[in-house]
Amino acid sequence: MATLTEQTILEGLAEIVNEETGLDTASVQFDKSFTDDLDIDSLSMMTIVVNAEEKFGVRIPDDEVKNLKTVRDAVSFIAGAQV
Amino acid sequence: MTPNNEQRIVVTGLGATSPVGGTVAETWAAILDGVSGVRTMPFEWVETYQLPVKFAATIKQSPLEVLGRVEARRLDPAGQYGLVAAREAWADAGTPQVEPERIGVVMGSGIGGVNTLLDQWDTLREKGVRRVFPLAVPMLMPNGPAAAVSIELGARAGTHTPVSACASGAEAIGLAVQMIRSGRADVVVAGGTEAAMHPMPIAGFAAMQALSTRNDDPEGASRPYDTGRDGFVLGEGAAVVVLETEAHAKARGARIYAEVSGMGMTSDAYHIAAPDPVGAGASRAMLEAVSSAGLSPKDIVHINAHATSTPVGDIAESNAIRLAFGDDADHMAVSATKSMTGHLLGAAGALETILTILAVHHRLAPATINLENFDPEVSLDVVHGAHRMLPVGDIAALNNSFGFGGHNVALTIRSI
Repeated sequence: MATLTEQTILEGLAEIVNEETGLDTASVQFDKSFTDDLDIDSLSMMTIVVNAEEKFGVRIPDDEVKNLKTVRDAVSFIAGAQV
Repeated sequence: MTPNNEQRIVVTGLGATSPVGGTVAETWAAILDGVSGVRTMPFEWVETYQLPVKFAATIKQSPLEVLGRVEARRLDPAGQYGLVAAREAWADAGTPQVEPERIGVVMGSGIGGVNTLLDQWDTLREKGVRRVFPLAVPMLMPNGPAAAVSIELGARAGTHTPVSACASGAEAIGLAVQMIRSGRADVVVAGGTEAAMHPMPIAGFAAMQALSTRNDDPEGASRPYDTGRDGFVLGEGAAVVVLETEAHAKARGARIYAEVSGMGMTSDAYHIAAPDPVGAGASRAMLEAVSSAGLSPKDIVHINAHATSTPVGDIAESNAIRLAFGDDADHMAVSATKSMTGHLLGAAGALETILTILAVHHRLAPATINLENFDPEVSLDVVHGAHRMLPVGDIAALNNSFGFGGHNVALTIRSI
């Protein structure tokens, strides 16, 4: 897979979040906190993580999920995990 | 808590999503028109697994027409149907303004979230542990629908899930009446839900020889009391009622459909699946339903029978009715509405209680369809051909619901 830009990952992630929570894709922005701003609970977060793994062809270890506090955290991790 | 033993418990809201209609009004209209909800199953897996039964009473209206996409994704179909029916019932009751601590929920199911259970098992085997949906467990648990309704309504008096196979929905309504009488709640939302359209339960029922295999005539397959009956037709859906004391209903100016005036619940202790052919347990449930209502058998003008269209079950129920009521059964107009709706398992008792309530409310006993050659072993006055007017004045009717395991529930519905 070709390396994706952070903007492309953001857009893909926004689609996953929309699918899981119904939130508008436009509300998924780099500086948003998953819990505080987007009101995403831990079960929804796990679904988003697994769907992101499939979509971007990466592995996000369970221990890493707690560090993904903002959308930027997740996008950066996915960008760095791409091969 | 102050018990309400002297209070009449009344029905103020109805909701249903069934094989013949997406609402109670649509369902009742279809029932009076004699419309069958049985159709050839549109699912690929019918052929994939070479199921011996190729038809069922599938839901008429997709719950996605009512629920939001995200809330539907988080519920098994059993939860989706239950929530759709509960929402309709609550709105029909006038969206009662009641303290959350005084609202209860009793919502039964025969099998619970069987689609989720089996789909997620497939996911585990095919895609691995990480792909199992984080909400799999709350979606598959049988109390999931009851809990979803409790969260929707903010009901905090207590939420319960009777699981008694095909008696679950009626048992839920009986337990809801007891919950109000005990003083634990002022308003209880009660009913049943079922969504077992999956090859595994169908294969299981088929292995028991319990299902009709009339593949060339799906609409004629559910034919209670007809000599040509060869098993039940699997249905799905949900039905919910709103119950409260008459005083509570009147104080808030609610419309009252009827009273749930008595109940009988017994068990056979006979066989895990077969009905007691003598019908002793079913008979005791019916007699208790009538006597606990302060009525006598002469007061019962209509029975919505369990009548699933199995060769053995329909006769056993007929025997039980005669054992309970003797010659008084001659003046009871019996309707077998599963001839149209199929058998909704854990939702059947709730849907048929609603149909009994509407029969008393509108004084119309629905016609049983597909009854062409009356089984001489059945000694009941079965309404067929056209629906029948019920008498004016104070009338009462029974709904019978029986379940695998020997569960017998009879509810008495009385006019207001």
